[in-house]
Amino acid sequence: MANMAQAIRLALHYGEEHLGVTDIFGEDVGAPLGGVFTCTQGLKTAWNTPLDERGLIGMALGIAYGGGKPVAEIQFCDYIFNCIDLLKLCGNAHWSSAGEYHVPLVVMTPVGAGIHGSMYHSHSFESMATHIQGWTVVMPSNAKDAYGLMLSAIADPNPVLFMAPKGLMRAKGEELIPGEPADERALHHAIDAPVGDRTGWAPHWPPVEDYRVPFGKARLARQGSAVTVVSYGRALTMCTHVADDLTKQGLSVEVIDLRTLYPFDEQAVFASVKKTGRLLVVNEDTEVTNFGEHVMRKVVDHCFYDLLAPPRLLAGLDVPGVGLAWGYEKHSIPQPDGIAAAIRELAAQQP
Amino acid sequence: MTATRWTPPTLDEATKLRIHDLMVKARTTEEMQIRMMRTGHGYFWIGAPGEEAFGVPLGLLVHKGHGPAYDYLHLHYRSSPTVLAMGSEPIDALRQMRGTLTDPYSKGRNFVNHFAIKPWNIVPVTPTIETQYAVAPGTALMQRRHGGVGISIVTGGDAGTAEGDFYSGMNWSTRPGQELPVLFCIAHNTWGISTPSATVQNFRELNKRGDGFGIKNVCIDGNDPIVAWHAIAEAMDYVRHERKPFILQANVSRLYGHSSSSGAHMHDEEDCLPRYEARLIQENLSTAAELKAVWDRWHDVLHDALQQVEKEPMPDQSHVLQHVYYRGQAGN
Ligand SMILES: Cc1ncc(C[n+]2csc(CCOP(=O)(O)OP(=O)(O)O)c2C)c(N)n1
Repeated sequence: MANMAQAIRLALHYGEEHLGVTDIFGEDVGAPLGGVFTCTQGLKTAWNTPLDERGLIGMALGIAYGGGKPVAEIQFCDYIFNCIDLLKLCGNAHWSSAGEYHVPLVVMTPVGAGIHGSMYHSHSFESMATHIQGWTVVMPSNAKDAYGLMLSAIADPNPVLFMAPKGLMRAKGEELIPGEPADERALHHAIDAPVGDRTGWAPHWPPVEDYRVPFGKARLARQGSAVTVVSYGRALTMCTHVADDLTKQGLSVEVIDLRTLYPFDEQAVFASVKKTGRLLVVNEDTEVTNFGEHVMRKVVDHCFYDLLAPPRLLAGLDVPGVGLAWGYEKHSIPQPDGIAAAIRELAAQQP
Repeated sequence: MTATRWTPPTLDEATKLRIHDLMVKARTTEEMQIRMMRTGHGYFWIGAPGEEAFGVPLGLLVHKGHGPAYDYLHLHYRSSPTVLAMGSEPIDALRQMRGTLTDPYSKGRNFVNHFAIKPWNIVPVTPTIETQYAVAPGTALMQRRHGGVGISIVTGGDAGTAEGDFYSGMNWSTRPGQELPVLFCIAHNTWGISTPSATVQNFRELNKRGDGFGIKNVCIDGNDPIVAWHAIAEAMDYVRHERKPFILQANVSRLYGHSSSSGAHMHDEEDCLPRYEARLIQENLSTAAELKAVWDRWHDVLHDALQQVEKEPMPDQSHVLQHVYYRGQAGN
């Protein structure tokens, strides 16, 4: 099965061939590297930019104004913070011009911890991102969703922020992308650039097909009845493992993979909470003014009388960074044992 | 068909008089906006009195149209002379000043002189200083690929050139083998709100920053529309045909201070309009009476425009959520 980096690459290739992508660009995005996570290897419209994140977002906005379809990569979301006002300009171009302009552009960026990334390769960005209006904000937790969300992002006429969890870039999918060769090694030989000299290399793209994950549609990752866990990205994969363990132990846990953070699938979350009466939101971002608090507020607004316990948020600790030594990351970013403990406590709480 | 060669319109006598007419159109429009601010018909005002001698020729020389075959304009909040010279109606500027629903640029959402006119490639003017310099290379890249003579014109003030986005604009326009047709304009009025430029930037000729990037550049007297016309035409000719960037600094006046926040009172700086009028009279192109008639005509137009704007609807609750997302087909 394709890993997430390969899935993104396949989606971008599909976008170039069928959805009008004109430019895929960023720092080290073009040849020879094809992106620090290899997401852009061998793509025909990929090019290297100056090391200038603000210039990158400005370029994307300009290309969109000029009738192109750009996909800009910020190498790590840890370096997107100096772009906030340009991201805001992308998000408000349509509203501020009262509908005169719209800007079809995609910004993709790797996010989160889990790769021993220390202070500046472990940041999360979703809480800030969902605070920038006019954008659709997505984060896949598996390769096939990455493919489907990227195609939806490319096809959308508005700005879309595509966040890929760094820790999942090498994680293989569990389902084939439509058109993906069943033989993993064949895929590797077809689309992964060789180590060393790449001058004569060209990819042989498999005939991947149109497959879209619609925005605002969550995925029911695990069905259960006692507790609702809402998550996304790398944290989601921890939640499903924990849920499987707990289910074996007799505690039935429902896990919802949001996939789209803004606008998130309120109906899926409300329906689940109405069934279980208990909500846990799990993510890696720091806990104060965390996106999960927004999910909780909506649940309180809509499901208050269905709740059997106070909704809970398990998120990153409110500290300036994720430290390099494992002891720091382990104790500042949610881990499976903490998720399991939180689910158990919620399940045991009685009104 | 995409043009492969651009010839600037000739600066004949009729054009010289037209420049005057448009300078007065811009001045009277903005003076009406200031009056609206003072009399409770609007709130904040910011604009370009004192920059007409540069802004009007710029607007007249634009290769106007939609799409990459034509010029893109990445303007700032002192660009009303340019946009009015391109043919916009003063009444629309008053609509934006008042914040009416009929404001064609933002439906009452943005400050005055924050234009967005898609059929003329005028992308939304942003209140963020200098971000336009980071965006202009994007449209210029599309123009480079498209071919033809279309260029991306970006304007801003002097203080704002201290922002990194100005550097970004220069850098992204000069990638080796990937040079972009961007005309960078700096309207140098020696101020950033209350801070004299000379106290915070080492350069008077900010255009010289282009030297480090190999960008041709020039600094001109922006209070003389004839000087400005020729300099802009020459710079455009270079950018259009060489497909490379150029930096044009115009030294201008700031006649009413920064904005309404500093009172919008008349300041004692050189005024390009009487200077130009003296020249037109001296060259026997016009008489004092004829020039006065131009002012009277625009005053009448603006008087009627204000009467009309006052009757027009204002946005209400039902408009707040409009245009957050575009729901039609993609493609600008
Ligand atoms: C990024 C940003 N910083 C600060 C401001 C507030 N501000 C508005 S105008 C201005 C001064 C700009 O001076 P200059 O670039 O010389 O242009 P001028 O107004 O003199 O034409 C400032 C600081 C802003 N709008 N955007």
